[in-house]
Amino acid sequence: MASEFVDVPLINAGDGAGHHPTQTLLDLYTIRENVGFEDLSIGIMGDLKYGRTVHSLSHALTKLDARQHFISPESLRLPRSVRYDLHEAGANVREHTEIEDVLSSLDVLYVTRIQRERFHDENEYRKVAGQYHITADLLERADDDLIVMHPLPRVDEIAPEVDETTHAKYFQQAHNGVPVRMALLDLLLRGETQ
Amino acid sequence: MNSPTHNDDRELRVSKIENGTVIDHVPGGQALKVLAILDIDGSGGETVSIGMNVPSEKLGRKDIVKVEGHELSQNEVDVISLIAPDASINIIREFDVVEKSRVDRPTSVTDVVACPNRNCITAQDEPVVSRFDVLDDGVRCVYCDTIVRDDLTDHIHTE
Repeated sequence: MASEFVDVPLINAGDGAGHHPTQTLLDLYTIRENVGFEDLSIGIMGDLKYGRTVHSLSHALTKLDARQHFISPESLRLPRSVRYDLHEAGANVREHTEIEDVLSSLDVLYVTRIQRERFHDENEYRKVAGQYHITADLLERADDDLIVMHPLPRVDEIAPEVDETTHAKYFQQAHNGVPVRMALLDLLLRGETQ
Repeated sequence: MNSPTHNDDRELRVSKIENGTVIDHVPGGQALKVLAILDIDGSGGETVSIGMNVPSEKLGRKDIVKVEGHELSQNEVDVISLIAPDASINIIREFDVVEKSRVDRPTSVTDVVACPNRNCITAQDEPVVSRFDVLDDGVRCVYCDTIVRDDLTDHIHTE
């Protein structure tokens, strides 16, 4: 809506549970740095319903012909509008409830935070949170080159021990936010690519 | 030879109107929703005839709505097209059809559907009216992407 009221370039810096396109730029940059886009298989896990970074990322991954595996409890599936867009765009999409079903086939595992406030029932939250918990043990079953990403902050969906593994790229990913957004601002202010 | 007579017989199941609108080829069972869109509940005194689940070659079953003394506005036609994409609108004056048209689904509708997402900017106290893109089987909020399908009628408001 803001773009209807201003005549200067506008950057969406994340809108509620909608989209977060600048996060997607740095996510893509991180993926390209580490594994590249060719024949990419990515698992996106956690709160897919309210996770705005997921919504933007899935649109971009569709343009890159990536195989997208969405892993979430039934109650936190991708919203209808995103599923509609991906279907219309002919995206290569599968939905799962168990990470174990796809872990070994992934190049990238993109984990998002499951927020307690999304659940009416504390028990239900604990059940889901426990189920979507990445540990070093679990990653033993993954490809050696798998990278784990997360838009941060995390709660407890990735155990701190994972930070020490070669899989962990979420801090590098967060760092990439600075140069990528600098580049975006530069592009908008100067109006041309270098 | 028999067909026109046959159809005429069916038409006569609901009485002809003198002046007003006949909305034909409404999907079977949707007539009451059309009336809801037109904000007609009988309290305004209009003469209304409804045929529900009438056999139809095109739709299998169709509804027909005849409203005496009311000619539809373009806005009302646009909104009806959302739930009855195959409907035809006949304007009647002195028992004759003076205008017959098919509804034309608009690509978007403004200020006729209230977004059910309570966090949508159009549901806040902001100077912005709702706008929805029209999909094949529903509508989608331009601002928050919420898709409304099955319960569309519940969210329609006409002025």
